[in-house]
Amino acid sequence: MRKFLMSTAAVGLTAMPALAEVSDNVVKIGILNDQSGVYADFGGKSSFEAAKMAVEDFGGKVLDAPIEVITADHQNKPDIASNIARQWYDTEQVDSIMELTSSSVGLAVQALSLEEKKITVNTGAATTELTGAQCSPYGFHWAYDTHALAVGTGGALVKEGGDSWYFLTADYAFGYSLEENTSNFVKSQGGTVVGSVRHPLATTDFSSFLLQAQASGAKVIGLANAGLDTQNAIKQASEFGITQGGQKLAALLFTISEVNGLGAEAAQGLNLTESFYWNRTPETAEFGKRFFERTGVMPNMVHAGTYSAVTAYLKAIEAAGTDETEAVAAKMHELPVQDVFAENGKVAANGRMISDVYLMEVKAPDQITEDWDYYNVLATIPGDEAYINPAESGCPLVK
Amino acid sequence: MIFGVPLQALMGQLLVGLINGSFYALLSLGLAVIFGLLRVINFAHGAQYMLGAFIALLLLTVGGINYWFALILSPLIVGLLAAVVERTMLSRLYKLDHLYGLLFTFGLALAIEGTFRYFFGASGKPYAPPAQLTGAVNLGFMFLPIYRGWVVIASLIVCIGTWLMIEKTKLGAYLRAATENPTLVQSFGVNVPLLLTLTYALGAALAAFAGVLAAPVYQVSPLMGSNLIIVVFAVVVVGGMGSILGAIVTGYMLGVVEGLTKVFYPEASNIVIFVIMAIVLVLRPAGLFGKDA
Repeated sequence: MRKFLMSTAAVGLTAMPALAEVSDNVVKIGILNDQSGVYADFGGKSSFEAAKMAVEDFGGKVLDAPIEVITADHQNKPDIASNIARQWYDTEQVDSIMELTSSSVGLAVQALSLEEKKITVNTGAATTELTGAQCSPYGFHWAYDTHALAVGTGGALVKEGGDSWYFLTADYAFGYSLEENTSNFVKSQGGTVVGSVRHPLATTDFSSFLLQAQASGAKVIGLANAGLDTQNAIKQASEFGITQGGQKLAALLFTISEVNGLGAEAAQGLNLTESFYWNRTPETAEFGKRFFERTGVMPNMVHAGTYSAVTAYLKAIEAAGTDETEAVAAKMHELPVQDVFAENGKVAANGRMISDVYLMEVKAPDQITEDWDYYNVLATIPGDEAYINPAESGCPLVK
Repeated sequence: MIFGVPLQALMGQLLVGLINGSFYALLSLGLAVIFGLLRVINFAHGAQYMLGAFIALLLLTVGGINYWFALILSPLIVGLLAAVVERTMLSRLYKLDHLYGLLFTFGLALAIEGTFRYFFGASGKPYAPPAQLTGAVNLGFMFLPIYRGWVVIASLIVCIGTWLMIEKTKLGAYLRAATENPTLVQSFGVNVPLLLTLTYALGAALAAFAGVLAAPVYQVSPLMGSNLIIVVFAVVVVGGMGSILGAIVTGYMLGVVEGLTKVFYPEASNIVIFVIMAIVLVLRPAGLFGKDA
């Protein structure tokens, strides 16, 4: 069932010195993510398209060698993902794997790539472990993580007076990590956590859990889950009169793709954190519209993050004059990240790409003036506040 | 207080369980009808449920046809599609091992879900409840959305109606007879292949009806059926494969049990039904209402 979509990037022409060395005379990037399951809209095929856009915008060639992007569906299973990654590295001359939605997959492929001495840039998974205890000299984490989400959404709501929290948490590693990060942050801001309930992944009916959250009397109900689970929880919360009763919902991982699926009617008033919004500046809008023409959807932070990651990787190869892993990784750590996604990004020693994140509020349907015009940007959270200080991340590579 | 849970909260959870049980009952009823009469394990049931919801959505967004008409039209359309599938493909497999029917319907489900995912994406689309059923009533112990109350009533009516039709009418008697001994029934001049086609269409239409009922409650998404189908199979097994009354009663019962589990030990809520299934299979292999027990 595994299917590979091959794509050879458009050929461009850039004159580069002939002494540059590129292994196998091609730079090959693999986009490995969920294309058929719950996260197929969160990243999915659109991430592949974002990577191809980055290659085209770069000119299609680096150091005179053509750039190729390939993709596969890992079905959210770490074992399948590891098999594909191994095959890509061993027989298909893939130089780097990116996107890697889902924390379990992200950690597995990053560990495998460390063994194989290959670069991974994770733009789709959330866990801070990737740049924490399990960090890798060749592993990078772009776009967002659970800490940034906690600081963004958690911080904003506590500031508004939402000082007591109850969590609805997806019962696996990602949910725990998101709940823990948010709880810690809420407490550090003087708030309290009155309780939590753990629900199985892919629950369809949340009414029991929502009634428990309602009974807790907490001012904020934190949804430490993702994708369809969050959508269903939000939809059903309004049905049971939870938001009308004065309790506020915090969707801790929610992007414009899910907002569009849920519809502005049900999503209005939600606070959420993303590191990208297409309608924020003229440059992001231009990128968003180009992306929309190719995919039929506007980019979320995973898609724009993937564009940024591919671009940064290619720039590092160019600067290093080779695609050899050690040299490219060194350049990636060294070079600033400046593109449509990150205005003033930098890569820390633990592999975390630090750039600004934004606190959003979903507009009411009558305020929306054009399709996909869903957000008001309430605040810009500087990257250094949003992400863990690398020295405290627990990553052994930070001295 | 019961085991540390306030009585009022418990009442709320019981009611919520009953609402979920309504969906289980409707879906397992369709499966039981198909298995009982055709001996086909219909793995496409989740896809037919999803189709029901999507057709309601398309009727509304493309045709401007409201919820109430969709509640009748969508099951009719899905039933018709199912009849075509049964006539052209599924009926060829009756002579073979049951496994072929299972594999065929499983493949069909994957194809349908894949197609919808391609066109609509995984996150799906919202469907607003009809204006007459929005809002909620305060029952004292809980805030009951009016739409959820309607789900319980509608599913009860359809379940009881279907059961009466199969057990008490002449058509139902033909159907039951045709499964016992098709050759004999055919020799009396009854068109048995037509009966089987109607049965498959009926089962699929029941799934679609549940899908339309579910559309305003859950996100209408290509994955909505596959998330539910395994639980529904467990319900049918607990009730007794092919037992129509068993499917209905077990559906409601397990909905309530699952609801209570969500209060006392939420982490187990997605496996409690399978634990019960395992226990029932050990003690009564034919299921709670199965004939061979």
